[in-house]
Amino acid sequence: MTKKISLRRMKKNQKGVIVAVKVAGDLGRRIRDMGLVTGTEIIIQGRAPLNDPVALRIRGNTLTLRNNEADYIEVEVDEE
Amino acid sequence: MQPIVLALAGNPNAGKTTLFNALTGARQHVGNYPGVTVERKEGEYRGNGFSAVIVDLPGTYSLTAYSEEEVVARDFLALEKPAAVINIVDAANLERNLYLTCQLLELKLPIVVALNMMDVARDRGMTIDVDKLATLLGVPVVPIIARSGQGLDRLMQTVKKVVEQPAAASDPDKIRISYGDDIDRILLDMTSRIREQGLLADKYPPRWVALKVIENDETLLGEIEERAPELAAELKSEADRVNDHLVKTYDTYSEAVIADHRYGFIKGILKRGVITHRYDENRLYTSDRIDKVLTNRFAGPVIMLGVLYTIYYVTFSLSALPVSWVESFFNGLSGLLNSSLPDGALKSLLISGIINGVGGVLGFIPLIMLMFFCIAIIEDSGYLARVSFMMDRIFRIFGLHGSSVMAYIVSGGIAGGCAVPGVMATRTLRSPKERMATLLTVPFMNCGAKLPILALLIGAFFADHRSLYMFGFTLLSWVIALVAAKILRLTVLRGAPTPFVMELPPYRFPTFKGLAIHTWERTWQYIKKAGTVILAISILLWAMMTYPGLPPDQAARFDRERNRIVEQYRGEKKELQLKMLESRREAAALRASAAGRLGVALEKVTWLCGFKWRTNIALIGGFAAKEVVVSTLGTAYSMGQVDTGDPVSLSRRLARDPDWNPLVALSTLLFMVFYAPCFVTVVCIARESGSWKWAFFSIAYSTTIAFLLALMVYQGGRLLGF
Ligand SMILES: Nc1nc2c(ncn2[C@@H]2O[C@H](COP(=O)(O)OP(=O)(O)OP(=O)(O)O)[C@@H](O)[C@H]2O)c(=O)[nH]1
Repeated sequence: MTKKISLRRMKKNQKGVIVAVKVAGDLGRRIRDMGLVTGTEIIIQGRAPLNDPVALRIRGNTLTLRNNEADYIEVEVDEE
Repeated sequence: MQPIVLALAGNPNAGKTTLFNALTGARQHVGNYPGVTVERKEGEYRGNGFSAVIVDLPGTYSLTAYSEEEVVARDFLALEKPAAVINIVDAANLERNLYLTCQLLELKLPIVVALNMMDVARDRGMTIDVDKLATLLGVPVVPIIARSGQGLDRLMQTVKKVVEQPAAASDPDKIRISYGDDIDRILLDMTSRIREQGLLADKYPPRWVALKVIENDETLLGEIEERAPELAAELKSEADRVNDHLVKTYDTYSEAVIADHRYGFIKGILKRGVITHRYDENRLYTSDRIDKVLTNRFAGPVIMLGVLYTIYYVTFSLSALPVSWVESFFNGLSGLLNSSLPDGALKSLLISGIINGVGGVLGFIPLIMLMFFCIAIIEDSGYLARVSFMMDRIFRIFGLHGSSVMAYIVSGGIAGGCAVPGVMATRTLRSPKERMATLLTVPFMNCGAKLPILALLIGAFFADHRSLYMFGFTLLSWVIALVAAKILRLTVLRGAPTPFVMELPPYRFPTFKGLAIHTWERTWQYIKKAGTVILAISILLWAMMTYPGLPPDQAARFDRERNRIVEQYRGEKKELQLKMLESRREAAALRASAAGRLGVALEKVTWLCGFKWRTNIALIGGFAAKEVVVSTLGTAYSMGQVDTGDPVSLSRRLARDPDWNPLVALSTLLFMVFYAPCFVTVVCIARESGSWKWAFFSIAYSTTIAFLLALMVYQGGRLLGF
């Protein structure tokens, strides 16, 4: 079984597939330009010492984004 | 004959600078694009039977109008129509890098893809079928390793072929990305209308214009509106209609659909056997293992503080020796002129105006070089991105960016830095508003030149709590700088935070050549751009402190006094009396100078903070360099030249002076620490922000803050009965 959650709520080392990026404008453009588009598989690599930003792995490379930016990204993950 | 122009385009961290340096060697020229602060780098390539000018475009992920860099890159490609574009692509990060390639293809430019980092890809167990990639993209692809120079000859031979026979060598028409039924339909319709009207035909292909309209690209929409307002409105409403439709039926936006399809197109290509992985794609590499320690919750911040402290230490302690060489050279020169030239205006101009000015410019060079060297190391190795990652949460509160921390530390976040390299360190920040806020507030930090003033006044009035006050002022400077940045971000630099989405590139060993070029390039810009202005202002300030000089009757009085001493006294006593007279004469001349008159006039305002005219003159002098405050105070109090290293006598003099008390001292200190940055810093702010407007703003802003602080403390203290 799978469920949809926001990227912010994912745990370290959790896997997921992006199902939607719900933001337009500069932020949305930037997120998509960096390769975070629908259908992309990601793994949470870790978080900064103050829990924000979050680092994630995407196709063997690492991206970081702030929690409030991660809010706009909806991810499908396996139900535990 | 017009030279052949080639453009070099690619993602940040794809190795663009390395390739550019390898192709052009030392034949480089760095400038600015008109109106913006983005650097424009040009170099000359010669080899393989042809020569060309290569323009290094700013590194971008896309050609939307997300940042100044992207607009610059796009305008260059559209307006200057390079004979070919070398698109450097990171083989180890192919999917994301090809996103830019797709957009270049849609601009219908003659492209050669330089597939870089082939060694990294190989080490990661990736095999790339280069020929297949070339066929599917419809453009030539040449594998290279920019760092070792492998493949560069083949790359340039291919480029030569494309330049000579654009049609035969590459075929950008071959690909046409489909964006799904809804968008494809209006894309077709809009394209034909744009073609009919010849809209922007001189710059972009019609389909690209249509696509940008659908993507809601404001920069381009503005351009269309200027040329064809009616068509613009029509196109816009059509684009809005599709967008509304997509929002309603699929809960998504046109922009998102376009990006998804572009990535879909790339995935389609890569899936057809272009790339094979020997290991799991998300396997952890050495770089990730290093990150486990360097960004660890506990070890990470400790190591980072260590690294930042080391940069600070290296910059300021290793530069001490060369700085002292420069200083003693200029002191020697002054001494020589002093003894060989007759007294007078010329001598004073040469020594106090010109030599001090040139010495001032050159004195910063060892400091700036070392700082840029250290920054180049942490930038090229990839550590700087980790610093922003770890610091972002804190700096974001103040509307800044994680990488702002470097600039603050160098400027004096650890007491004793310098705002000049600090201002220049903001170059590593890629977010414009955050960068500007950092730029304008780093001068608040406790730079090394403010320390003698702190030592003087704290020594005179708060000697019992010396270290407490010193530490307190360092802490206070952090608070004021960050709060001042926040105020800017809420007012003149208001606006949503620049998205933080960024890459943590794999750690790499920087090459010495890369470091050397980085360091030299940035240092040279400082010398070239700031040097001349700084010299001019330094002469101006000298004139202000010298002219118009003593009125004749006063000068005559000093002459009479001198004659009297010469007649009356003998031996040591005579020397002493003459020296005292000379000090008094200097003080009187200073008061009579333009700066002195200004200082007296300013008393009408500054009495509110408890400053008398002597302090005001010293503050004006401090605009030349903060060190000057102490020596000017010395002159104003007729103490003769005060050595900044030995302010003890001046300190005692102030402690006894009826104009001074601890409250006045505190208010003066606050003002001195936070008022206008020295003019070298101001010139650098003008250069780095791209406009004098910001430089003047910086003077006004910091002086206002300093005045309000001093006012509050002085008046508050008076009310409390101090
Ligand atoms: N292993 C390997 N490293 C490379 C290669 N090309 C460049 N590098 C390294 O990659 C790092 C980034 O290279 P740069 O040339 O600074 O990259 P850039 O694209 O100019 O990046 P920005 O300056 O951020 O725009 C440097 O440490 C280079 O030494 C390559 O072919 N192989």
